Amino acid sequence: GKNEYDLLVIGGGSGGLACAKEAAQFGRKVAVLDYVEPSPQGTKWGLGGTCVNVGCIPKKLMHQAALLGSALKDAQHYGWNIAQPVHHTWPVMAQAVQNYVKSLNWGHRVQLQDKKVKYFNMKGSFSDPYTIRGLTKAGKETIVTAENIVIATGGRPKYPTHIAGALEYGITSDDLFWLKESPGKTLTPFVFNVSLECAGFLTGIGLDTTVMVRSIPLRGFDQQMASLVTEHMESYGTKFLKRCFPTKVEKLESKRLQVTWKNTDLGTEETDFFDTVMWAVGRAPDTETLNLEAVGVKTNSETGKIIVDASEATSVPHIYAVGDLTEGRPELTPTAIAAGKLLAQRLFGQSSELMDYDNVPTTVFTPLEYGCVGLSEEAAVQCYGLDNIEVYHAYYKPLEFTVAKRDATQCYMKMVCLREREQRILGLHFIGPNAGEVIQGFALGIKCGATYPQLKKTIGIHPTCAEEITKLHITKRSGLDATVTGC
Amino acid sequence: QEAAKYEKKVMVLDFVMPTPLGNSWGLGGTCVNVGCIPKKLMHQAALLGQALQDSRKFGWQFTEEVKHNWMTMTESVQNYIGSLNWGYRVALREKKVTYENAYGEFVGPHTIKATNKRGVEKLYTAERFLIATGERPRYLGIPGDKEYCISSDDLFSLPYCPGKTLVVGASYVALECAGFLAGLGLDVTVMVRSILLRGFDQDIANKIGEYMEEHGISFIREFVPIEIEEGTPGRLKVIAKSTKGNQIIEGEYNTVLLAIGRDACTRKIGLDKVGVKINEKTGKIPVNDEEQTNVPYIYAVGDILQDKLELTPVAIQAGRLLVQRLYAGATSKCDYVNVPTTVFTPLEYGACGYSEEAAVEKFGEENIEVYHSHFWPLEWTVPSRDNNKCYAKIICHIQDNERVVGFHVLGPNAGEVTQGFAAAIKCGMTKEQLNSTIGIHPVCAE
Repeated sequence: GKNEYDLLVIGGGSGGLACAKEAAQFGRKVAVLDYVEPSPQGTKWGLGGTCVNVGCIPKKLMHQAALLGSALKDAQHYGWNIAQPVHHTWPVMAQAVQNYVKSLNWGHRVQLQDKKVKYFNMKGSFSDPYTIRGLTKAGKETIVTAENIVIATGGRPKYPTHIAGALEYGITSDDLFWLKESPGKTLTPFVFNVSLECAGFLTGIGLDTTVMVRSIPLRGFDQQMASLVTEHMESYGTKFLKRCFPTKVEKLESKRLQVTWKNTDLGTEETDFFDTVMWAVGRAPDTETLNLEAVGVKTNSETGKIIVDASEATSVPHIYAVGDLTEGRPELTPTAIAAGKLLAQRLFGQSSELMDYDNVPTTVFTPLEYGCVGLSEEAAVQCYGLDNIEVYHAYYKPLEFTVAKRDATQCYMKMVCLREREQRILGLHFIGPNAGEVIQGFALGIKCGATYPQLKKTIGIHPTCAEEITKLHITKRSGLDATVTGC
Repeated sequence: QEAAKYEKKVMVLDFVMPTPLGNSWGLGGTCVNVGCIPKKLMHQAALLGQALQDSRKFGWQFTEEVKHNWMTMTESVQNYIGSLNWGYRVALREKKVTYENAYGEFVGPHTIKATNKRGVEKLYTAERFLIATGERPRYLGIPGDKEYCISSDDLFSLPYCPGKTLVVGASYVALECAGFLAGLGLDVTVMVRSILLRGFDQDIANKIGEYMEEHGISFIREFVPIEIEEGTPGRLKVIAKSTKGNQIIEGEYNTVLLAIGRDACTRKIGLDKVGVKINEKTGKIPVNDEEQTNVPYIYAVGDILQDKLELTPVAIQAGRLLVQRLYAGATSKCDYVNVPTTVFTPLEYGACGYSEEAAVEKFGEENIEVYHSHFWPLEWTVPSRDNNKCYAKIICHIQDNERVVGFHVLGPNAGEVTQGFAAAIKCGMTKEQLNSTIGIHPVCAE
């Protein structure tokens, strides 16, 4: 047609890049626009999006650093003689992590080049449904036209701007992974899993960390599991200020921050000093500067996210959206990638396969990890009724914890099934080491319609934590002790 | 324990014949005392050694020199095993199962003679019997083997550090032990007669061997020991002959660990007195699909079964289901198909279903599709560990909807990864279903 490109993707993150590269496979002319607006603290990064730069990747690496701290303690029980004291230096870790992330930025640039996808380091906005105006950092403008446009600009952390000092003195996850110096004594007023994960690894590397929660942690997740996760963090050393919310942040001459908050239980006002305040109050879709109104792309009035149908189409023909900024979709890298790929296949590859958002497995990488797939117990009860579901559960102890004398109180798993004859599995929840590795294969089983009897027929691998899932047999209904005993 | 649930009068006879070096252990069998449990714990000790190295790259600082103390580890491991032995004694007691620490052998129909440590004999009769005596490590049958060599029966409670070790064998026991010994900092050599991990996917077996070699373990291929004798003080001299010619080599080691296979404990328990047929060559007991021997009231489970897998979970499942069929009117038989397993070598290997060779043989090369990939665990990036060693492959049967008939993964936490896929294979998963499952990010399993 008259348009320059067959496909233009705005946003070089997980969803955008996957879509662009897939489209290029079909011999199409594809371009990607990626631009990172610096955070209020001035942090910015390269190509790859949230996951690569300020999400999954640095988070998991720093989580690993914390896990290695525990490994150092365990190692002594296993006969390794390590002279005390052992301490952690932030700059060594941060530099290593940042270097790896930069190698990924580079890798993505090379991949786009290899696949002949044109890359523009520009901030895009709509002029009309087929035209994007790109602006470089220096203010140079380029007009790009495309037959199809995919919006995949993701989201950025929100600031609680109604709290005095929040914007000026606080940081977010956008900044945490790029700090050159240790964050020191940290407060994270929080709601979501990313910050629970951050609080977890900060504690693990030896920093004084406090989480402030107004109501419930890990909203949207199974609440019993969420409690166990936070319980573990408390015994691990993370401090929790429950049912509190911050009212102001002030900077002292010493450069330290003074935070004042309200304790809703006691009705009192309290205050303390921190080196860092990291806000984790949610993410907002990055759509403000896209000029969506000019082309009529509809967004959800409450969340600001772009409304799409099952084929990722927006309200405007030829304009699509994938990833974190789409309404009603999980904010996960793998779903964005899959959605982006399938979209490209439908647009250019004669496929009609739609994205299946059901039974998407996920893992929270807290010090004691939590992996899950399918329905939470509450959701299952709400959907089918208490009498129609059966919950099998067990408390277990990972073999590796025994010699290491580690507390396994919160190592727990449960499987929610339909009670009727076939006993199809509705949800699986696992807290323990390597939770992601454990859950992945079972997610596949659930995709195949796995039933409880099929699981029982599966022989366990010994000795692992995952085998306990195949041995689940005590129901919550029975009221019996669900602790696994014996070899 | 399962039978006791159905209010049956149950007795268990357990007795451990000491090893040639005089070693013995408590209730629980091979897995608990000289198998899975101590093996995995020592493997963990070795993994922690690696973790220590990695941790420096992640910012942890501590003294350069870190040494491993064998005694500290072994004591901890033995203490844990002791707690398991105790746990089993208590469990049997609570379930009102009579336990005798005595050697049992058949003396006539429905009759067993039990001889305890002090030689006191007692006779017991029962309606039904279950033979679950398992196996013990095989010896080479060469001069000096029983006198100087240890086996896995001795290794996990060895009261001194094994030092420079020669591991004879290429079984998973041999490679797992060689692996963790090297991980603890010891000088390890593995002497292999022919191939590694017979019965396992050979492509993967070779990758495992390669990884071990790259990480400091020496391999002497196509040699077998012909004599073991005392060498310089504190050392053993091993003389070995090539399997391909007349070449003779010699070497000196502090410890020689034999891991060349296991023999069923079926030859001295009076099976001939009651007519239970065994495979004369292997000593294993053939059973039908209900674990019944040729004598209707005598059953068998576990490592001694012919043509079945030598795995703890299989033995447990078979034992439980057998009892449920006998006493609870159940009909479920143990499903021996697609049993997953994991080899805990330094680079762990999880598998379920057909090896590539077995799939080619069963279905024909043109009827299978093998999807494979190397991968780099995220946790290995920062410490710059091997970036192209971890590997995964699935074998699909094209005509049957591209059903997944074999799953293989080589990488960290292979057991945890494999378990769920085994469940999916049990549900008949196809390649398409695999493709449509979303990954968890960032993990190896995705």
